[in-house]
Amino acid sequence: MIRVQNITKRFGNYPALHGIDLEIQPGEFIALLGPSGSGKTTLLRIIAGLEFQDEGQVYFNGDDVSDIPVGKRNVGFVFQQYALFRHMTVADNIAFGLTVRKARRRPAKAEIKARAEELLRVVQLEGLGQRYPGQLSGGQRQRVALARALAIEPGLLLLDEPFGALDAKVRKDLRRWLRDLHKQMGLTSIFVTHDQEEALELADRVVVMDHGRIDQIGTPEQVYMEPATAFVSHFVGETNRLPDGRHIRPHDFEITATGSDRVIVDNVFRKGGSWRVEGRLTETDTIVEIDVDAHEAPPTIGETVTIAARRARTFSSAGDR
Amino acid sequence: MKRQSPSTESSTESRTAQILLIALALAFLAFFLMLPLIAVFSEALKQGLAPFLDAVSNPDALSAIRLTLIIAAISVPLNMVFGLAASWAITKFSFPGKNLLLTLIDLPFSVSPVVSGLIFVLLFGAQGLLGPWLSAHGLKIIFAVPGIILATVFITFPFVARELIPLMMEQGKDDEEAALSLGASGWQTFWHVTLPNIRWGLLYGVLLCNARAMGEFGAVSVVSGHIRGETNTMPLHVEILYNEYDFVGAFAVASLLAALALVTLVLKTVLEWRFDLHSGARH
Amino acid sequence: MPSMTTRKARWRAPSVLPGFGLTFGFSLAWLSLIVLIPLSTLFLKSAGMGWQAFVDVGFSERALTAYRLSFGTAIAAAFVNAVFGLLVAWVLVRYEFPGKRVISALVDLPFALPTAVAGIALTALYAPSGWVGQYLDPLGIKVAFTPIGITVALVFIGLPFVVRSVEPVLADLGKDVEEAAATLGASRAQTFARVIFPAILPALFTGFALAFARGVGEYGSVIFISGNMPGRTEIAPLLIVTQLEQYNYNGATAIAMVMMLVSFAVLFTLNALQSIRRRRLGA
Repeated sequence: MIRVQNITKRFGNYPALHGIDLEIQPGEFIALLGPSGSGKTTLLRIIAGLEFQDEGQVYFNGDDVSDIPVGKRNVGFVFQQYALFRHMTVADNIAFGLTVRKARRRPAKAEIKARAEELLRVVQLEGLGQRYPGQLSGGQRQRVALARALAIEPGLLLLDEPFGALDAKVRKDLRRWLRDLHKQMGLTSIFVTHDQEEALELADRVVVMDHGRIDQIGTPEQVYMEPATAFVSHFVGETNRLPDGRHIRPHDFEITATGSDRVIVDNVFRKGGSWRVEGRLTETDTIVEIDVDAHEAPPTIGETVTIAARRARTFSSAGDR
Repeated sequence: MKRQSPSTESSTESRTAQILLIALALAFLAFFLMLPLIAVFSEALKQGLAPFLDAVSNPDALSAIRLTLIIAAISVPLNMVFGLAASWAITKFSFPGKNLLLTLIDLPFSVSPVVSGLIFVLLFGAQGLLGPWLSAHGLKIIFAVPGIILATVFITFPFVARELIPLMMEQGKDDEEAALSLGASGWQTFWHVTLPNIRWGLLYGVLLCNARAMGEFGAVSVVSGHIRGETNTMPLHVEILYNEYDFVGAFAVASLLAALALVTLVLKTVLEWRFDLHSGARH
Repeated sequence: MPSMTTRKARWRAPSVLPGFGLTFGFSLAWLSLIVLIPLSTLFLKSAGMGWQAFVDVGFSERALTAYRLSFGTAIAAAFVNAVFGLLVAWVLVRYEFPGKRVISALVDLPFALPTAVAGIALTALYAPSGWVGQYLDPLGIKVAFTPIGITVALVFIGLPFVVRSVEPVLADLGKDVEEAAATLGASRAQTFARVIFPAILPALFTGFALAFARGVGEYGSVIFISGNMPGRTEIAPLLIVTQLEQYNYNGATAIAMVMMLVSFAVLFTLNALQSIRRRRLGA
């Protein structure tokens, strides 16, 4: 079990993290989700031992590792830009963590070679061991970085924006593949992302961060359906914010004659499996977005309709940053 | 008829103008750079190969060559170690006063070579601050080899560091952090990760440092005392022969230095070409 | 027991990378030993002379003449280099022609060729009986042993500074801004004057200043071609050497001090200008 307790970090005068508390169960797949500057990468690097907290502790299985250097924490870290050693072959990259061990703990040469081969198979790069990182595609490099981190048999896998540098298609394939790999290996893993879709799709639990604080920890279902703060509500999925303080998701509106709010329709277009209607509340001129089931007939542009909310949330102003 | 697209006309020069500009640039370079280079070799071989060979195999010339090699062999590694240490401290860590340190490292570039020699005379010379102490202990630095080495190290001080700092700054510290996270020690990280990443830049810096160390004249001239067979480096030997009107001899030794310069330029070009390959693979 | 409730504030940001103490300490020690302490003797010696003595030798008639000559020829040479260096950089970046790679390598020749070698080669070319001199002499143009000769040597020494400063900026500028100017109706001359030139002006200025600073302190390539006539072709660095040869350490120190202060002023202005430019460009 990983426990993060009251972690605080400042960079000069800039506060990066304030009193972060977090517990992660063995085998969990955790997403740290937030915009840039939310402190998510700093938190990941503190857990890894690449950055030092000003206050607070990190515990691995009950042991305080705050003073243990990164090389002895037994964590696998996958860097955003992969940080592959470009003068080494793919196989040498993967074997690096084993070859730098002291002779006493270092496996035999043949064993290291076999281990690298096995990991190449795991990341589906058989036969590419003698290539150099520069000769691989982005997605392949990503998997080499992962194999290299797995080679040291880490107790915890940390990934910094693992799909950040990839294009959309590769990203999607790799996402699915990583989820399957995690299921097979059951390795406790934490990844950082600013992409809510990625977090919702992959993680067992999502930690939503903003301005160095944790806004909410919950399953993807919880953070989407029951956002704890206005920030979470807007950052995870789309939300209309009405002048009266209600936060309503586009698909929680319905167009109905019995509705209370009148909307002038400005634009209608198809968005995935539904219609997206953009309009303005007649009273306050607030822009609202409404989803209409694809099987129904959408309103026409210029028309005035009345809408009702099936579900709405309000947040106390303390959480409403 | 060939169609002239309007954009070629307005965003570049006509072919005629291009040729004119190229010709002007080449003429300038030929006149100011090529011609002096040719002059060195042609003056050296003016009276045939035999006087040339005599001049470069003369005992004084040989001792000057030996001394020049010794000076470079000592001062280049010293500055290489310094360059590696300074660029590691500057690029891998953040601390206040970094810009001041960078400026101080560059200082020797903005000091006249003659002044570079002078400061060591003021420090270690007979009239210098430490002069009495040195002579009391029978130590000689000025007008001796140690002084030449000191002046050379001063003159070539920034070369390696200046090549490495921008390179290592650009590479960041991800690779080192990755190696540490995989359990490598500090030395292992340096040897297996950092050094391979910067090897071409390091070689490049060492090359330039070496060229300057072997060719330095002003600073060395001030501290050497021009003792033949003892404290005469190749550039100083060229001066002596020239002032004695032994032009063939002077140009013969000079041509060896010019050949060194050409080798340096060729290696430099090859390295730059390799650099391009590397940055191409990286991005 | 919690091991570290609060971490002590340190003067540098903490890092997982090892070796800061070792590399920083070594760099600072080496820098002090080789550069800072020797250079400080110059200040110490100057301060010890007293103001009047300093002014008497540092600003004597002979010294003032030497400064005028050194600074004057260095400025003239830097101007020539600014013009032709820009031309060479332009041609190398913008045009394709056979042998471009060789020409590009050749531009660095003055960095690699020992200054004494350049000095005797230029003298051989421009002496009244030399390759070039023999054609100029009948026209009444004397190059060697006149300030023109000194300027020629400084042009040789300074050229790569301008080319290497301008080249990357010119390459970085890209064709798109020129094409943009063309689509907006600018003529080629207007594009150069109003779009390209302002963009490369800071780099050109940097190159100019570097060439100038190098030229002021240059010794090896100048003393052969200058003729070294006191009051006429005696440059400031040579005057320092002359003072040293006459064991006039105070004289040498004062002149060196004046030169170094001017060099530092140039360097400081340069850095200030560059930081202003960086701030404006938001880089």
